[in-house]
Amino acid sequence: FFQYCLSGHPTLPCNVLKFKSTTIMLDCGLDMTSTLNFLPLPLVQSPRLSKLPGWVLKDGSTFLDKELKECSGHVFVDSVPEFCLPETELLDLSTVDVILISNYHCMMALPYITEYTGFTGTVYATEPTVQIGRLLMEELVNSIERVPKAQSASMWKNKEVQRLLPAPLKDAVEVSMWRKCYTMPEVNAALSKIQLVGYSQKIELFGAVQVTPLSSGYALGSSNWIIQSHYEKVSYVSGSSLLTTHPQPMDQASLKNSDVLILTGLTQIPTANPDGMVGEFCSNLAMTVRNGGNVLVPCYPSGVIYDLLECLYQYIDSAGLSNVPFYFISPVANSSLEFSQIFAEWLCHNKQTKVYLPEPPFPHAELIQTNKLKHYPSIHGDFSNDFKQPCVVFTGHPSLRFGDVVHFMELWGKSSLNTVIFTEPDFSYLDALAPYQPLAMKCVYCPIDTRLNFIQVSKLLKEVQPLHVVVPEQYTQPPPTQSHRTDLMIDCQPPAMSYRRAEVLTLPYKRRYEKIEIMPDLADSLVPLEIKPGISLATVSAVLHTKDNKHVLQLPPKPPQAPASKKRKRVSDDVPECKSLKPLLSGSIPVDQFVQTLEKHGFSDVKVEDTAKGHIVLLQEAETLIQLEEDSTHIICDNDEPLRVKLRDLVLKFLQKF
Amino acid sequence: QQEKLLGRLFGQEGPRGGAAWEDALVRSAWLKGVHSMLQHQPALHLLCSTGSMDVIFTLQGDPSLFVASAASQLLVHMLTFSLEPETCKALSTKDCDWPVCAQMIVKHIQESLQSGSASRIEQSLKLLSSLFGSCFGSCYAAWTEVLWLDIAKQIESFLLQETVQAQPVLASLLLNVARSPVFCGTEGSFWALVTSALEHLTPVQACPLAVGLLKLCKCPQDVRIQALTVLLQPMDCILRAASQPLECAGLLDESVSDPVTVQSLLSSKTSCAGLLCQTLAHLEKLLSLKNLRVDLPCVSLLRSLMTILQICSGSLSPASPLGSTISRNLINCFRVQKSALDVLATLSEKKDCHTLLGSVFDVLLAYLQSPNTNPTVLKKTFQATSKWLVYLQELSSSNSQWQQTEKILEDVFVVLQKRLCSPCWEVRDSSLEFLTAMVKCLKDQKEFRQCLLSSEVLRLTENLLEDPESYVRASAVTAVGHLALVTCFAPESPVVGNQYNKEVSIVAKLQEILSTDSEGFPRRAVISIFTKWLREGCTGQLEDTEQFVSKVIQTVECDLDWEVRLGGLELVEVFCSQTICQLAQCPYAPVSSAVTSSTPQKELLQVFCRAKLFGFLFGSLCDCDKPVGQRACDVLVGLRGHFYPTSTLENPQEIEDTPAGRGIAWLQRTLRQGSLAQNFTMDGGVEVDFQDPESMMLALGAIDLLELHDELNKSSDHVEESPQSLLQDILAAVGTIEDNEVDCY
Repeated sequence: FFQYCLSGHPTLPCNVLKFKSTTIMLDCGLDMTSTLNFLPLPLVQSPRLSKLPGWVLKDGSTFLDKELKECSGHVFVDSVPEFCLPETELLDLSTVDVILISNYHCMMALPYITEYTGFTGTVYATEPTVQIGRLLMEELVNSIERVPKAQSASMWKNKEVQRLLPAPLKDAVEVSMWRKCYTMPEVNAALSKIQLVGYSQKIELFGAVQVTPLSSGYALGSSNWIIQSHYEKVSYVSGSSLLTTHPQPMDQASLKNSDVLILTGLTQIPTANPDGMVGEFCSNLAMTVRNGGNVLVPCYPSGVIYDLLECLYQYIDSAGLSNVPFYFISPVANSSLEFSQIFAEWLCHNKQTKVYLPEPPFPHAELIQTNKLKHYPSIHGDFSNDFKQPCVVFTGHPSLRFGDVVHFMELWGKSSLNTVIFTEPDFSYLDALAPYQPLAMKCVYCPIDTRLNFIQVSKLLKEVQPLHVVVPEQYTQPPPTQSHRTDLMIDCQPPAMSYRRAEVLTLPYKRRYEKIEIMPDLADSLVPLEIKPGISLATVSAVLHTKDNKHVLQLPPKPPQAPASKKRKRVSDDVPECKSLKPLLSGSIPVDQFVQTLEKHGFSDVKVEDTAKGHIVLLQEAETLIQLEEDSTHIICDNDEPLRVKLRDLVLKFLQKF
Repeated sequence: QQEKLLGRLFGQEGPRGGAAWEDALVRSAWLKGVHSMLQHQPALHLLCSTGSMDVIFTLQGDPSLFVASAASQLLVHMLTFSLEPETCKALSTKDCDWPVCAQMIVKHIQESLQSGSASRIEQSLKLLSSLFGSCFGSCYAAWTEVLWLDIAKQIESFLLQETVQAQPVLASLLLNVARSPVFCGTEGSFWALVTSALEHLTPVQACPLAVGLLKLCKCPQDVRIQALTVLLQPMDCILRAASQPLECAGLLDESVSDPVTVQSLLSSKTSCAGLLCQTLAHLEKLLSLKNLRVDLPCVSLLRSLMTILQICSGSLSPASPLGSTISRNLINCFRVQKSALDVLATLSEKKDCHTLLGSVFDVLLAYLQSPNTNPTVLKKTFQATSKWLVYLQELSSSNSQWQQTEKILEDVFVVLQKRLCSPCWEVRDSSLEFLTAMVKCLKDQKEFRQCLLSSEVLRLTENLLEDPESYVRASAVTAVGHLALVTCFAPESPVVGNQYNKEVSIVAKLQEILSTDSEGFPRRAVISIFTKWLREGCTGQLEDTEQFVSKVIQTVECDLDWEVRLGGLELVEVFCSQTICQLAQCPYAPVSSAVTSSTPQKELLQVFCRAKLFGFLFGSLCDCDKPVGQRACDVLVGLRGHFYPTSTLENPQEIEDTPAGRGIAWLQRTLRQGSLAQNFTMDGGVEVDFQDPESMMLALGAIDLLELHDELNKSSDHVEESPQSLLQDILAAVGTIEDNEVDCY
């Protein structure tokens, strides 16, 4: 078993598993933190951004001043933002048979894989994953394409040039692999290769392997995967949550008895408890609005936003915020809000029961009805007519590099009354804010990450007890900023194996068994012999037939009748010749009794030596040695065949034959 | 005849062999009966001669815990009672001269201790423990010492045997012996035994013993130091584990402490939090004692506490292997956080902690600011903060460190504002309680008032009067009530144009809550705030106090919540005493006589009548909730004492001649029926005018309020406990015929 690790980001994984004869890609996350090195794409011409000075090298050279701009001591690439793709060189991706997707955040690199590598396989994902994943991709493509940028910077990527740049550009890895965003036709083509699956559905791959998605409790339709053959089981746990939020709870029981458990997508903020963060979010929101300021919440169009809206639904009346408008701006805002209400079977029990009342499972429906929550595809159009301040705006993208959020940052950044509250944990908020500095607006960081924390992981591992655990290397040591927190790392026995980007891991598991079917007529011919109570054995002589990873034992062809005439023996190509069978032996030889028997038969000088594996019985006079081991017995005597046969027969007395 | 009866009850023919004995109630009642009988010396003889002693010994191990405990108590009583007459004359040092009964018990105890049976040993140890725990007078000294000398060797051997599982009882026995008057001296083998116990018991078992010893005044100094070592060892261990090798030392002198056991307990996930919580709880109790015989090292304790709190929140992770294990055990442990904050709060009253003041507030503010702080931990943090703020204020007024104070207060107000907006109601509630606590203690401090008035807190608090959660509304009412003392009622409060309107609107708002809020808690809060205002003399400034009280009474008297009605009576009481003080020329001069009612008395009655006070008071006498009736009666007794300082009751017959008198007589009759009369139903056109001063004067004079008072103060089961009730039970059981009745009588 091999695992090819194509991504270094623990929450945006991309691994390829060679399991038996199949090649399975587990997730294809897209690392978007690369975009933080780029200037934001403003929807409306921004005088501030367009006037930024070009970056000049220490020696005064100005050849990069068109590509790189300086803002408050940071240098940014002035170009269309680019993303860091998973490794494509580690193995030939056209050989990938299937891709398993665990949640909509972990499929953003899909078009790059399916459309650029010669991939011909199938992608498996649940319906909400596909639908919401489509929305995320659509929003991404839309926000980048609607601000066309003529310029594309590439000079800075030259290794010699990059060396001269200031951090973090200098340290950016794999810049040659960074790619521009895909297009909508590519998205559609990629999504058309997906086959929808439901939880606990068993999917056979080439007869060799069965894969099954399980609920992971993290997002609508999010799944963990079981990959198993008859005797091996690998569990892939990616982005799971044990908290009670909107999705169906995590299925832990099915992960038991795994030989290998690959664990990715743990919480990115292990020190922040989501409840406390929601409290922090609400308090800061209320304080800002009460003081007449506006609140900006950069977010994805699906996921935590549903829980935040539900929380606000309960909170706004008690906090006296009933008259404050909430705006949700995204090209896919409407679809996201509506999709969430129709995927009832993928929701937690509470929300499912609401559907039968019938009531919408999420209370944001009521917020919309009562006009407290309004949603718009963009800031253009209706929004500009309805816009009232103070207000709360939810909009993307959380990186603050593209999307409508860029406009609000420019609009509200100058006033200290306003607050931007970061709830998505994917981006460093200080890096995200860098191109907007100096900034008067207040910034609050309350990352809400409901994925497993290390305490939950340790409980989970105790519960499901996998033989081996494989994790990204980041999880095997405390976070770099909190090196003293030894509680913030995986602690299990045996210690977890770790992997990093571009590494090939041999999974610590050997195949020992294979399932073989026996044809009925062959089974009929077997005569089991009970060798001890409850255990019977039979010898089988058969032909092993292997096709499509399935193995069948069939009756051997009858041995050809002994030819009456001395005709030439017919040579058969496909049927091996059957030899007459020797009986098989079983049992063990008790040394003391064996020695007594030897003495009875006239061997007087018997000496026994203990060895690591058993015993050696020495017949000194006859210069003969009998080596008794657990699985073998050797009689070593020189040129005395009668003695050997005599000894052999004595040995055989102690063994059973069948 | 008496002996015969007693023999049938407590002797062999008694219930103890019969089927009824199976019922634990019967066994319990039997023991209770024996206990009552043991006020008479002959009873001892009876018990010893009829084999009852063995029964009592057996009952010590009864499956019913109540019975077992009663048997043990009974034996203790027997022993002390049988030796009582002997105590005056010097008892011989040999127990063979003791009364038979005492000898039997002592023999039983000794046999049990030597029996090797864990349950019998434990029973005897418990018996001894409660025996020594109950013998405080010096007259017990002689024989308890004899008893102790008999068993001391055995006890010592238990300490050294690990097989005996009676360690917790052993600790409590030693403590009780230490407290008993015998061991006043600091010499002797007893203290050596105690020292050995402190060494041999596990820290968890030794801790209660150590705490008890520290409270003793006669404890020898070396034992006290040993006890202190046991108690402080976990704290010392934490401090050492968290500090760099060359940094500050621990709490204890290394030579006296042997930390291996404590270290291993702290290293284990299961025992770490338990041990720390126990230690912290004991420390909190010790620290809050006024006259502690031993100086606790407060500064080092404070350091250790802050270390624990920082470890729990994950902001400190010691480098040493032990420290790192402890920190893994303690991170996010709410139990330890809460206990540590309790101790931190009590330490604020110790004067020598000022050197660490800055660090204490750093830790407290970090807890207040962290979104990860659990709501219950946050509440404790608020409580500790308010205590330390008081200390800070005292300190800054003496050494003018106002800059530090101001900075800390600013930080506190910023976080308070945020917490008041929390979506979690527990957090809003404890924030309001914290605000109230601050206002109570710091309202006279200039810096505090400045911070308060310049913050958003006032506005946020008023908003919370409409919170959906009733507890929060109640706390908001209390907070607003206290804030009003700083803002609108304070004479030196900042003069704002619409000051008067502000007062009016707050009062109107609270009155609205009192009359309309659907939950009891906010209404209770309002009535107690009104009482507080009245007591502090604030209401006079807003409107006529009389009208105010009258309005409140009318709202409160029909409230469904008895605590609100009770609060109303408290308000009335304060109003009465204040009005009396104001109107009587000299508040302490008794009024000469009721007949020569002077003008102030009349005026007083008129005020009370106008305020509709009497209707409420007399109505409350018949309240279905007893505390209300009792309180109303107390108030009326007080009023009567004022208006009739000397006179006896008016003759009811005489007063019935007047029309008003008839009404009063009717009232008297109704009230005499007891609080059973749920409401006043006027029959036959008889009317009591509760607003007529003369009628009320008459009522106060004629109604036997003291009798009513006694009636109301009887416990609710007085009927069931009375012999009459027993009689009725017997009659109900055997059937009522005349002969039976006579017999029973």
